[in-house]
Amino acid sequence: MSLPLLSLIIWVPILGAAGVLALGESRVALVRQVALGVAGMTFILTLLLLMDFDKATYVMQFVEDASWIPSFGIRYSLGVDGIAAPLILLASLFTLLVVAMSESIQYRVSQYMAALLFMEGVMIGAFSATDAILFYVFWEAMLIPMFLIIGVWGGPHRIYATIKFFLYTFLGSVFMLIALIYLGYLTGSFNILKIQSTAHIGMTAQILIFIAFALAFAVKIPMWPVHTWLPDAYGEAPAGGTVIMAAVMGKVGLYGVLRFLLPIVPDGSQYLSGLMIALSLIAVVYIGFVAMVQQDMKRLIAYSSVAHMGFATLGAFAAFAALAIGDRSAAVLGMEGAVVQTVSHGFITGALFLCVGVLFSRVRSSLVADYGGVANTMPIFAALMVLFAMANTGLPGTSGFVGEFMVILGIFQSSFWYAFLAATTLILGAAYTLWMVKRVIFGGVSNDTVAALSDINNREFVVLGVLALLVLILGLWPAPLVDMMRESVNHLVNQIGHSKL
Amino acid sequence: MTFAMLKIAAAGPEILVLVGTCAILMVDVFRSPREGGSTLAYWLTLLLLLAGGVLTVLGFGQNAGLALNGYFLKDSLGDLLKVFIYLATFVTFVYSREYLRERGLLKGEFFVLGLFSMLGMLVLVSAGSFLTIFLGLELLSLPLYAMVAFDRDSAVASEAAMKYFVMGAIATGMLLYGMSMLYGATGSLDLAQVSAAVHQVVAGHADQQQLVLVFGTVFVVVGVAFKLGAVPFHMWLPDVYQGSPTPVTLFLSAAPKLAAFAMLMRLLMGALEPLVGQWQQMIAVLAVLSMVVGNVVAISQTNIKRMLGYSAIAHVGFLFLGMMASEPQGYSAALFYMITYSMMSLGSLGMVLLLSRAGFEAERVEDFKGLNERSPWFAAMMAIIMLSMAGAPPFIGFWAKWEVLRAVVFAGQVWLAILAVFFSIIGAWYYLRVVWFMYFEKARDVTPLVPTVGMGAMISVNGLALLCLGVFPGSLMAVCLMVLSR
Repeated sequence: MSLPLLSLIIWVPILGAAGVLALGESRVALVRQVALGVAGMTFILTLLLLMDFDKATYVMQFVEDASWIPSFGIRYSLGVDGIAAPLILLASLFTLLVVAMSESIQYRVSQYMAALLFMEGVMIGAFSATDAILFYVFWEAMLIPMFLIIGVWGGPHRIYATIKFFLYTFLGSVFMLIALIYLGYLTGSFNILKIQSTAHIGMTAQILIFIAFALAFAVKIPMWPVHTWLPDAYGEAPAGGTVIMAAVMGKVGLYGVLRFLLPIVPDGSQYLSGLMIALSLIAVVYIGFVAMVQQDMKRLIAYSSVAHMGFATLGAFAAFAALAIGDRSAAVLGMEGAVVQTVSHGFITGALFLCVGVLFSRVRSSLVADYGGVANTMPIFAALMVLFAMANTGLPGTSGFVGEFMVILGIFQSSFWYAFLAATTLILGAAYTLWMVKRVIFGGVSNDTVAALSDINNREFVVLGVLALLVLILGLWPAPLVDMMRESVNHLVNQIGHSKL
Repeated sequence: MTFAMLKIAAAGPEILVLVGTCAILMVDVFRSPREGGSTLAYWLTLLLLLAGGVLTVLGFGQNAGLALNGYFLKDSLGDLLKVFIYLATFVTFVYSREYLRERGLLKGEFFVLGLFSMLGMLVLVSAGSFLTIFLGLELLSLPLYAMVAFDRDSAVASEAAMKYFVMGAIATGMLLYGMSMLYGATGSLDLAQVSAAVHQVVAGHADQQQLVLVFGTVFVVVGVAFKLGAVPFHMWLPDVYQGSPTPVTLFLSAAPKLAAFAMLMRLLMGALEPLVGQWQQMIAVLAVLSMVVGNVVAISQTNIKRMLGYSAIAHVGFLFLGMMASEPQGYSAALFYMITYSMMSLGSLGMVLLLSRAGFEAERVEDFKGLNERSPWFAAMMAIIMLSMAGAPPFIGFWAKWEVLRAVVFAGQVWLAILAVFFSIIGAWYYLRVVWFMYFEKARDVTPLVPTVGMGAMISVNGLALLCLGVFPGSLMAVCLMVLSR
């Protein structure tokens, strides 16, 4: 394959963003078409990438390597493995859907589209960078478009939300930068694979590096207790921005855990895995309760998102507990569960936020109290939203079930109580999701606004329908996804079982 | 002693600038004053700067070594800094023209004073002896004092000039006192000989002499810190930034800083390198204090010039950290930071000038409100400049911070790096506030923004340069490393 596919997937949207900006604000229809075209082209390129993807190896594929800053040994090097590939799909799919669904944005359309496309490029860049500094550049570059998306097109408290978002994530990531530089100092290279294969890092250094990395990734994922930016940001962002943040941007955090944290400092991770498991369980249980009392659908789904990502981090760190009792297959299962949960959560949360976006574009409110009996006036929409809600509760047959089940199976071997606490999510998740659905979708028509609602149009139907299909396919037949990452996860479990002391 | 031994060619560009400046002064005197100010002086000045810059680029790295009886040192570090000093002065004058014209200040004297000050910078950059340093520094400073007071009817400007003059005099006094001690202990004014003598003293454990040297170093560091505005010698800086006419603020925020940096390098890296253990501690204290005070105090500023003044203090703190690693990589990090900072500073104050118009000074941060609605392009430029100052990738400001952090971590001072990034988060807030005002707020002042072609183009080049150099920082980094590798 001579075509630099990864570079194309990164730079087509970024240059497309510049092109969309150049069109200006006066030609709105053209701007929308061009943005859709760029996102569509990126998506097709991503599909090409996945078709050529070799599942039988954990080695980086589609590798590109070019000199970038020779004085300091920083290279423009890219590559994907089985963990990154599905996340890249997630990024390009959701950008396409969000661009298609952005009818409700009327103010500064070209800037909005440019921000979305730029965001897509840098997110994919973060998933595919194999140079630590390149990764950091992409990672930080995500902040700027999202800062603008929340701040310009967001709700009434958008400024507070976006500044909080920016400073919070900035706080997390600058310490990671120091850790990356320090690792470059230790290993003499900024190549992630070389850093991963370093033979020796002392325990104190490992723990400090762990803390620096964990801060960055925990804020992004987000984990309890550094999640407090999230309800504000998700709640205030425009629907499309929330979808991108929830479905893709947060996933970069978990990707970072799997790419940096676990393989680079396995002993530090082992040492602190108990803490991380505890934080994950708190996220699952406590945030589940918090979600239940939310009045605003966006905030409710935001909290649900924290709880579900708690599952993903649980699966990743429970691998240490499983390895400690010598059960390697449980460790692999938990880790695979973490990635499946991440991808599936991307689909489900993204879909739910899109549903809220559909309602918001009609009623201009996302408060639960403003709705009731939507099923009477929007039956097709109601059917789809109920499906996503069910998936969110982890109903068997949907993708939500697969990941959670794998994680619970993975940790059951090492600790009954971990599994028990994790399983409470099935009850809590059902409680907050279904209660919301009951109040919003079912019952009699509660007010005149709801009575006047029109059902979803073709475009919205296609977007939500595609997601519904994906949720079902992944739920009934997860094998393609699991196969794709099997070798990479196996390799990762090997890496974390290998002490660097 | 023959004329050839002077190696006068090494100082060719400086001589050209001197002659040219005198010529411009004469031309301006004998031309009758016109409506709209001295455009001829303006164009001649730009031409002279261009010629000087081209001459320096052509002679880059050539004729290296001491010239003019050892008073003048020509090397590639100096050439690089000089190129950027020409550039910064050029950009300053382009940005200033419209502002000065609208206020009836477009006079030949402004450019002549600026050029003389720049000549001082060039001399300072090439200093090979304590005497040249002093000569350059004074030639740099005196015209600046006059420029700060250029708008003679403004009480604030006169106050700022007074303050600047007194503080500048104290700084020079400190520096001279330090130099006299160093001269006393080493018996030489020549930087290379001082370095050799200091080395002998340190190697020979002559404690009495070393004590004098350390004392001298303290005063030298204080003098340099005054010039760069490092805490606790920063008190003049916010007042002068705020009080000066904006073009003067613009001028003294970039080019003299480059020259002061050169002075820092010539003195500490050149003459006093053997005492690195001593001065590094002082620099570390100055660096931390500057980052703390600069970033924290900038948060509460409502005047953007004052805010940028505090931001300058914070940036100097960050720059000083690059001096923590006594290796070419560390010094080159500081050099890269200085060059980058001067570009960002020019851009930010240039935007203030762009927003100002006759009878209106865009001095408050609030004046940037809703800029995205008035002009998306210039709002984007200002956003690039602010985010670059905050150190967000993919802009050049990120790489400047990255390189300094790298130097600090590689020197084993991880805690300093942690402090630095912590305060840069605090710093991010006030830069973000400008972006917030531009993009998230509605415009109160909806006067259309119509900059002159030159100004608009220059700001665009300035902003895009920050972006392009941020995507491809490799070559500038390599140049900075090259001029410092021995």
